[in-house]
Amino acid sequence: MSFQRLAVTTKRLELDALIHCLSEATKNGESEGIGAVASFLGLVRERNLGHRVMKLEYEAYEPLAMHAFERITSEVVERWPATQLALHHRIGVLAIGEASVAIVTASPHRADAFAACRYAIERVKQIAPIWKREFFEGGDVWIEGATADPDDATAREDAYRRTCV
Amino acid sequence: MRVNIRVFARLRDIVGAAELDRDIPTGATVRQLWDELVVEFPDASAYAGSLSAAVNTEYAKMETMLHDGDEVAFLPPVSGGQLLL
Repeated sequence: MSFQRLAVTTKRLELDALIHCLSEATKNGESEGIGAVASFLGLVRERNLGHRVMKLEYEAYEPLAMHAFERITSEVVERWPATQLALHHRIGVLAIGEASVAIVTASPHRADAFAACRYAIERVKQIAPIWKREFFEGGDVWIEGATADPDDATAREDAYRRTCV
Repeated sequence: MRVNIRVFARLRDIVGAAELDRDIPTGATVRQLWDELVVEFPDASAYAGSLSAAVNTEYAKMETMLHDGDEVAFLPPVSGGQLLL
């Protein structure tokens, strides 16, 4: 079981491992403690843009991805001070239904846990240097979204707006 | 001076390697290194308007000045960045 809060890994993602490392960390803390845990699992979807996906391959620039995850952790703590975050992203070839990203937030109260969890996945998608190659019948294509810019305040505000706080 | 270049995803496919070393003039910026790379690999020019860069595993601006031994990464748009409509 991994006790690292942040990870880029080729191994299967386990939500329990993320929950465990947050609850362990607060056992002897002086905070209010954990009253709520929220989690998100991103899965490889079978259909995308009308065609059938066979598998996905994820590639990361690992050291920069870890720095991006640390940055997201700081942003979460800045907005929701009593909230903790664990975030693991899988790389390599993934089959349909497998989890590519797992996020767990723990907080004294549920509102912050839910909001921070949503914020974290939006930020992962904006600034984590992780790419996916989609394999479908007859070919494959790299999926490309937006330019990664961690200092883009508009993107950050957009992620915050999606938390519905 | 010499720098190590890292490229990813479709940009790696265009370059044909995950990393390469190149000699550049002292005081060269990330942008100047990119411009050199595009001369060598013209298909990479498609990323001129959507590229991100990192120097020594931290995001960096194109104006950042490089030093001998730097690791410079050129990053295509990340996969999860699509805007939800």
